[in-house]
Amino acid sequence: MRRVYGFHGGIHPAENKHQSLRSRIRSAGIPPQLTLPLSQHIGAPSRPLVQVGERVRKGQMIAEASGYVSVPLHAPSSGTVAAIEDRPVPHPSGLSAPCIVIDCDGRDEWIEHRGVADFRDCEATELLELIRNAGIAGMGGAGFPAAVKLAGKPGASIRTLIINGTECEPYITADDILMQERATEILEGIAILRHILRPEDVLLGVEDNKPAAIAALETAAAGTGVEVVTFPTKYPSGGEKQLIETLTGKQVPSGGLPADIGIVCQNVGTAVAISDAILRGRPLLSRITTVTGEAVAGPQNFEVLLGTPMEYLLDLAGFQPGRCERLVMGGPMMGFTLASTRVPVVKTSNCLLAPSVSELPAPPPAQSCIRCGLCAQACPASLLPQQLFWFAQGKEFDKLEQHNLFDCIECGACSWVCPSHIPLVQYYRASKAEILQLRRDHERAEQARLRFEARQTRIAREEEEREAKRAARKQAAEKRAQLAAAGGGEDPIQAAIERAKAKKAAQQAGGEPASPASGAAPLETLRQKLAKSEQRLAQGLEAGEDAKIITALEASVARLRGKLAAAEAETAGATESETR
Amino acid sequence: MVELIAQHPLLAALVALVGLGAPFGALLGFAAVRFRTEGNPIVDQINAVLPQTQCGQCGYPGCRPYAEAIANGEAINKCPPGGEAGIQALADLLDVEAPPLDAEHGEEKVKSVAFIREDECIGCTKCIQACPVDAILGAAKQMHTVIVSECTGCDLCVEPCPVDCIDMIPLAAGLQAWHWRLPEPASRNLDIIATDSEPAERAA
Repeated sequence: MRRVYGFHGGIHPAENKHQSLRSRIRSAGIPPQLTLPLSQHIGAPSRPLVQVGERVRKGQMIAEASGYVSVPLHAPSSGTVAAIEDRPVPHPSGLSAPCIVIDCDGRDEWIEHRGVADFRDCEATELLELIRNAGIAGMGGAGFPAAVKLAGKPGASIRTLIINGTECEPYITADDILMQERATEILEGIAILRHILRPEDVLLGVEDNKPAAIAALETAAAGTGVEVVTFPTKYPSGGEKQLIETLTGKQVPSGGLPADIGIVCQNVGTAVAISDAILRGRPLLSRITTVTGEAVAGPQNFEVLLGTPMEYLLDLAGFQPGRCERLVMGGPMMGFTLASTRVPVVKTSNCLLAPSVSELPAPPPAQSCIRCGLCAQACPASLLPQQLFWFAQGKEFDKLEQHNLFDCIECGACSWVCPSHIPLVQYYRASKAEILQLRRDHERAEQARLRFEARQTRIAREEEEREAKRAARKQAAEKRAQLAAAGGGEDPIQAAIERAKAKKAAQQAGGEPASPASGAAPLETLRQKLAKSEQRLAQGLEAGEDAKIITALEASVARLRGKLAAAEAETAGATESETR
Repeated sequence: MVELIAQHPLLAALVALVGLGAPFGALLGFAAVRFRTEGNPIVDQINAVLPQTQCGQCGYPGCRPYAEAIANGEAINKCPPGGEAGIQALADLLDVEAPPLDAEHGEEKVKSVAFIREDECIGCTKCIQACPVDAILGAAKQMHTVIVSECTGCDLCVEPCPVDCIDMIPLAAGLQAWHWRLPEPASRNLDIIATDSEPAERAA
């Protein structure tokens, strides 16, 4: 007999499990319409693969995983896609979300499907891919993609595999009846998980309030090396971290994962879904859902197709709407009130609770905290709920984090024991959400700041570059002006031009000692033009201007010189003829 | 030595104090130079609290200039995107009373992002120049578009658009954005004990 440890706190609420255990699992059949939310799991919503009006067959993938932490979705029965639109989904907000709606034709036609011949011949990665493609998300209630959890962190070796058959929450019997009726399938699933993870120990934890299930499991597990461990009933021993502590005595570090201490936990429902997927090639299309509470005539467990409307299921169980004030998905401790009965059953719907008003009365008004400390005694995560409540009221988020708010599993034990009826869990949920929101906002602000600063530096750099260019141009212009002012006496080119000018002037002076008044005027303007052109050429050369401009200037100088020479010759001729 | 001190108590005390003061002063002076902090660290802390929308509604050209102004004594209630929560955070940081938001600089609005109606965009690049976080993509005479994940919703691109093709769209309030709210503090409004109610209520 294995030693069973315990965990801090916990409560013993009325179990109310027997009502729904009187009959065997009943198939809910095929409803006329199925509504399949694209986000039935934790992670990115899946992406539709079908069009409106398209015919789909049972087991056909209708939406694919859209990221690593995501799972695909399959058609639970054959029919036609009626719509892909926002429909109300089972969510505490009561809001709508994108869904694929299928009108069933009732023929339940399968696509071709086949399981693997022998999973022992398959690689672990291959099996993980099959599990992922079967759309399996944790069936215990949280809906975390099973393949992601099994793949774990690279390099982390798993020593212990724990199968969770605890089902500690009152009223819910979906796992109980599954263990009673499908123990062999659970063991098949465990064999596959063992092949993937290769753990040293496999523990199947069941609370001792399920004798029938324990007997069935022990028969099925005989000789397989899977150890069925029973332990005293206490809420919330089905919580992953609580179960690990109960079975192994080890605590998962704050903020850590079970894989950090070499443990992986899977629900019995997930084990069955895995055996269906691997051995029979059947993706996750249905689940066991408990319909219970005093407002239903026949509380029992249904095998129900995903997407079945809750009202359809309630009708099968003999729902009396007059007796029920609110409908709860999940159990009385952690479940949430549904906004309408039109919402569909999803992968995480383990229970549909229709309590009468006297059975689950509305909580009395909250009164002030009297600091009695009962909540701290009940907390299975060893937190200080009254302190957290205080900080949550004052929105002191850093103190909440220092007091390990994020280790809270929202089990509701603190609210249950609170003599002042304070809805403590709601405070924690709200604070967690707000802290996460603040973190996201802060990340965005930080990114915006970085982008703003990058832009500022870029603008400053561009401005600087422009300024530098402007300064360089200004400097060049100043130098040119200086050169022009100084007359360029020391400049070789300028000097050469000067020399040429002087020479020409001397020639002219020698050639035409007495120029006539008539010919002098055009000759004078031509000379001025030539001087100007030559000066520009000199400046151009000085400033190192473009070769094209230089050649153009040179050409104009040459042209002017030619003209001048012609004019001089003409004048000289005229003077000669005059003198003759 | 003892005699000397006994004879001149005043002088001895003076010498002792100066003897202590001089090395400690030198030590402090050295520390002040050696461990000098660059810039004003409080500005960084204030800047970290501000929402970094860079919208300029406070009257300063960006969040950092406003943070510098606050460090120099500017009022802390001029940031509408930060809202009451932002003012509270600043008040906590600076240990001052939190005043209500200054309505002159605008009011707290729902978070939104810019959206360019792309078929109407003429490609003038004016919004690109206005965007403080480079969240608009485009080129001259090419269609522009907003990178939603980078947009801070500052509104600065709306004004310069010559064809008014930019809308501010509130961020989707869908399932992803929903989260649990704090419960109403109900006990005050319920007359559990008659004497708990307010005097005014009792009179009525």
